[in-house]
Amino acid sequence: MMSPELIIVGVLSSTIRLATPYLYAAIGETFGQRSGVLNLGVDGQMLIGAFAAFYIAFTTGNLWLGVLAAVIVGALMGLAMAFVSVNLQAEQGISGIGFYLFGLGMSELLFKMLLGTVETVKGFPDLEIPFLSDIPYIGEIFFQHNIMVYGAFLLVPIAWFIFNKTTLGLKIRSVGENPEAADSLGVSVARVRYFTIILAGILSGVAGASMSIALLNVFQQNMTSGLGFIAVALVYFGAWRAFGVLAGALLFSFVNSLQLWMQVLNIPISTELAIMLPYILTIVVLVLTVSKVRPPSALTKPFDRGD
Amino acid sequence: MTEENKLPSGHTRIDSLEMRGITKRFPGVLASDNVNFDVKSGEVHALLGENGAGKSTLMKILYGMYEPSEGEIFLNGKKITIDTPTDAINHGIGMIHQHFMLVETLTVAENVALGLPSSRGFLTDLDKVSARILELADIYGLEIDPEAYIWQLSVGQQQRVEIIKALYRGAALLILDEPTAVLTPQEVDEFFVIMRQMVADGHGLIFISHKLHEIMNICDRVTILRDGAKVGTRNIADITKSELANWMVGREVSMTRELEEIERGPSRLSIENLSCDNERELPAVKNVSLNIYSGEILGLAGISGNGQRELAESITGLREITGGKVLLEDEDITNARPGEVTKRMLSYIPEERMRDGMIKDFSIAENMVLREHHIPPFAEKGFLKLKKIASHSDELIKKFRVKTPSRETKAGTLSGGNIQKVVLAREISRNPRVLIAAQPTRGLDVGATEYVHEQLLEQRRDGTAIMMISEDLDEVMALSDRIAVICEGEIMGIVERADATPQKLGLMMAGESGE
Ligand SMILES: Nc1ncnc2c1ncn2[C@@H]1O[C@H](COP(=O)(O)OP(=O)(O)OP(=O)(O)O)[C@@H](O)[C@H]1O
Ligand SMILES: [Mg+2]
Repeated sequence: MMSPELIIVGVLSSTIRLATPYLYAAIGETFGQRSGVLNLGVDGQMLIGAFAAFYIAFTTGNLWLGVLAAVIVGALMGLAMAFVSVNLQAEQGISGIGFYLFGLGMSELLFKMLLGTVETVKGFPDLEIPFLSDIPYIGEIFFQHNIMVYGAFLLVPIAWFIFNKTTLGLKIRSVGENPEAADSLGVSVARVRYFTIILAGILSGVAGASMSIALLNVFQQNMTSGLGFIAVALVYFGAWRAFGVLAGALLFSFVNSLQLWMQVLNIPISTELAIMLPYILTIVVLVLTVSKVRPPSALTKPFDRGD
Repeated sequence: MTEENKLPSGHTRIDSLEMRGITKRFPGVLASDNVNFDVKSGEVHALLGENGAGKSTLMKILYGMYEPSEGEIFLNGKKITIDTPTDAINHGIGMIHQHFMLVETLTVAENVALGLPSSRGFLTDLDKVSARILELADIYGLEIDPEAYIWQLSVGQQQRVEIIKALYRGAALLILDEPTAVLTPQEVDEFFVIMRQMVADGHGLIFISHKLHEIMNICDRVTILRDGAKVGTRNIADITKSELANWMVGREVSMTRELEEIERGPSRLSIENLSCDNERELPAVKNVSLNIYSGEILGLAGISGNGQRELAESITGLREITGGKVLLEDEDITNARPGEVTKRMLSYIPEERMRDGMIKDFSIAENMVLREHHIPPFAEKGFLKLKKIASHSDELIKKFRVKTPSRETKAGTLSGGNIQKVVLAREISRNPRVLIAAQPTRGLDVGATEYVHEQLLEQRRDGTAIMMISEDLDEVMALSDRIAVICEGEIMGIVERADATPQKLGLMMAGESGE
């Protein structure tokens, strides 16, 4: 039997670790939604990113090339999504589901064509941060992770900074609230939205990569099992704020990690029920929070100058 | 560049700006028809015309929001092209839109800084922007807090933000599209002071308004548009107000009105000690009691924001009543659902017609039957009777003179006045027992206003009990049998038509009880 302290440290440490894909995907989604575009294709973008990263890392042995591959396919999917929602002004909910199904199917097809069986790679190794990782408990919980985990957490203050301290952030926020006003001041609504949707695509791709070459180090069909949708929900939960999203991501990864540890410790609870936990939590949390915050006013509304 | 060419804001003056032969076609509409228009430094040039005459369209072309189908623009005699708002801004042209272009969730400074390069590269420089805002505010006498959020500001203050936004960008020429439509009389006076100062400093102003006395008061020249084409340009000094009205509409308009004597019928709507809250959950209407009788117009006067909207919404079932009762011909409709209220033949013309009165993306025909689309003759056994809906809306379009290419046109593309006609047509044509009309002529041209007034009087003749909510004292005094004045959610008193004077009502609107 493990000591309670070890269990607590273990649960918290994997909470940090498991928050990684949520963070990449949800921060990306926050950029999109802040500019008024709902991207429901996150999960599909993640799957394709996960496969691309895994396949390239597996064949070349270079993990960074894997990440680059995820960035590129994510950007391409983002570009397609941007074209559909900005230029064609498609209904974003529906086209997003289309992109999800595309990503799901495409990653499966590529997997069958190019790999055929489940393989593993040696993912990013854990990097112990000097001194900090030696602090008892704290070190193990926060400072003994791989680089993609640190990257995800670094993304949060960066996103906060962009939204609140830069001219780009000001443009993104205004385009999501009142695109007519932004347009009347010479801000290109289309350019801003292209930027955010492509960025969201890239971050979704990286979220996928973080699963396939940093956390799980395998690629399996539908390996995200809907995580991308939870990322979308997290943006609502986080009230479209970077640190709110962080709080949400930690809550969900905590529940996930708890669920994993219950299985590890053989606590008698049915696996199915345990796996359902994060999803039930999604619904409960959304019901409790969503009515209290107001989404960006122009969310899901295509912009048309009427010319 | 000499000093004389400079404005107090430090930017260069525009001595003259000329639009030549401007034509703009929308699908099925010729919105601008070969228009020539010019404005000079140091003058206010009014643009006047009926709803849908093409005033906003012409100005949006000048501001680079619409591309003209034909025509040229000259600045200080040199031909320029304006393809985007950025081009217009770079040429020193600013615009204050009919519907404000502000991001409510941002601060004043953020709204001003939006879209401009920052002195710190990709980082914002809001502290510097705020300082410059205060500087400009000082020069032009515009009081404003750069750190305030837009949603915290009154409409008048928001307008000041729009002006500062334009001045900050170096606007030498400012287009003002119906800037006074949403202001209280006091705010209009303050606004005119600012306008005069700007003109004295060498700015050129284009001023759009449907209120003729404002045009007579503040403008130097006036250009009239009708059906997209220019009718002519005159000096204000050479024309009287009623000449202006007749010239604009193309026929005689009566500006005063006699109320026909009618026998007042029984009470149709009685409101007893009604109270309700606003969005912030503060009391908005406090213990209001009113009776409205068949065949009378009860005017509800007051400065906007004193509970008028909340009162109307609580009667029509759109807002929860926290105390008191509403009876419609002895039936209790307190907190009844809107559908129930509709069934009892109560009609409502909301103040925010764009938001509450219609669905922008629906066709005119669909909007015409919005209230009764589910019952005969417009629907039977759950199926819409499209033919009936079509003929009904064609009839109303004709009767109410809605200017539109067809009944299938999306209601959102209509001009402000025509949108109001659609709402009015729908609400009146069902012969309601009670009609609540909030700001029914706001933003309407002289002709359309006259028409709406006639319709209200016809309803009165038919015995409808009418509550007319209006900020416009002239309107209230012209049409009402009795006038109730509301201030901070309380009725200050009810004045009979014969006893009403602007002074008396004005004092009551400011909170003095009318004993
Ligand atoms: N984006 C658009 N698409 C199609 N038609 C339009 C559009 N904008 C304006 N129109 C049409 O052009 C005509 C002129 O409209 P405009 O808004 O310029 O009128 P206006 O003179 O400003 O009227 P108001 O006094 O009611 O504001 C109207 O018939 C209107 O329906
Ligand atoms: Mg207009």
